[in-house]
Amino acid sequence: MALSKIQPASIDLTANYAFTGTNSITSASSGTYEEKKLATVTASSSGTLSFTSSIDNTYNIYKFRFIEIHPSHDSNVDFGFQGSTNTGSSYGVTLTSSFFDAYHYENDSSAAVRYLTSRDLAQSTSFQPLSVNTAVADADQHVSGELFLFDPSSTTFVKHFISTTQTASDGGSDDFSDNSYIAGYFNTTSAIDAIQFKFPSGNIDSGTIEMYGIN
Amino acid sequence: MALSKLAANSFDLTDNYAFTGTTTGAVSTQKLFLIKNIDASSSGTVDFVNGASSVVLDNTYKTYLFRIINVHPSTNTGGFAVNFSIDTGSNYNVTKTTTSFVAQHAEANNVAELAYGSGYDLAQSTSDQEITQNIYATDDNSGCGNLYLFNPSSTTFIKHFISETGSMFANARAWHNFVAGYCNTTSAIDAVRFKFDTGNIDSGRIALYGIK
Repeated sequence: MALSKIQPASIDLTANYAFTGTNSITSASSGTYEEKKLATVTASSSGTLSFTSSIDNTYNIYKFRFIEIHPSHDSNVDFGFQGSTNTGSSYGVTLTSSFFDAYHYENDSSAAVRYLTSRDLAQSTSFQPLSVNTAVADADQHVSGELFLFDPSSTTFVKHFISTTQTASDGGSDDFSDNSYIAGYFNTTSAIDAIQFKFPSGNIDSGTIEMYGIN
Repeated sequence: MALSKLAANSFDLTDNYAFTGTTTGAVSTQKLFLIKNIDASSSGTVDFVNGASSVVLDNTYKTYLFRIINVHPSTNTGGFAVNFSIDTGSNYNVTKTTTSFVAQHAEANNVAELAYGSGYDLAQSTSDQEITQNIYATDDNSGCGNLYLFNPSSTTFIKHFISETGSMFANARAWHNFVAGYCNTTSAIDAVRFKFDTGNIDSGRIALYGIK
């Protein structure tokens, strides 16, 4: 009779198995893992980093994780993002948002929590800042963080987003640590199908952005 | 011919293989497990009760995450709220002490602030804890966010929770609400309820995850 299935007793379970395929499992405890990396883009003196595919109704939530985003421009700039309703032909969806941060200078001269009216948006099509004073002046400075976009394919509701970032920021005479909290909504019932990240001037010198789908 | 390769479909993948050797290569490092999605449809409440309808809310996981996706009320409402149970959902009235603060910005740009929500916190109260406020029944209004519940099965410690939500407040403002606190009990929390202060949850999804 043809061999069709290998039973556990037929396998040397004490040996080492170096799997190189994909191990798609059902959790031994309960449920299944439902956060999947969909794409990774890496900057190399890039004007923008864009995600123009795979943002649809496959997942309820899309998470963007940006890692060590470093600008090329030699002045204080805020890393930002915008959405598109036409798969990236244009980025400028009307949005309203709030922005606050906690900061602390390296020389301990100042530390506070504050609302930043300079970085929130009110029914604006501008790019939404996600950081404070990201600077190229110090080669080791960058911004890292996460952005969650909820149900972007909905044609019923506005599209909420929530972001938390951490930046080594340029404060002129002294640098500071900045922890920013941003949230708001794209005020549209059209589906958001593309997201773009950029600095308002200059390039993204280096850094990586990963996009995950979450169900 | 000698058998040299076994294809994946040669294994009974539904059986249990208790490897005691070392598995290297594509080892899963995934730590977040979806336990249950509940979709509201004119629902008075959305309840996650340990042991009911495939819900796990016990010592299987140290941390539980509730993801809230576009909850929408049937009527203009005061807030979307959470409460906890120690008797598998017979009562949702655990004593809580909490903080609440919000960053808000109006579409008209006439309100922009970070403020403590003294009207939205609780001090040793069994009331529902609002995790966002004033979502209107207007068609495109909704609320989204996350709520973490830490080690609910502990019978030694109180139970901490942390929530961050984003919503449209009264059809006119971006509302970013942070709520944290603790259930002041050493009894195990075994059920969690979400509801609007008034009316039903017209639509929306709440997903429960376990985090290892």
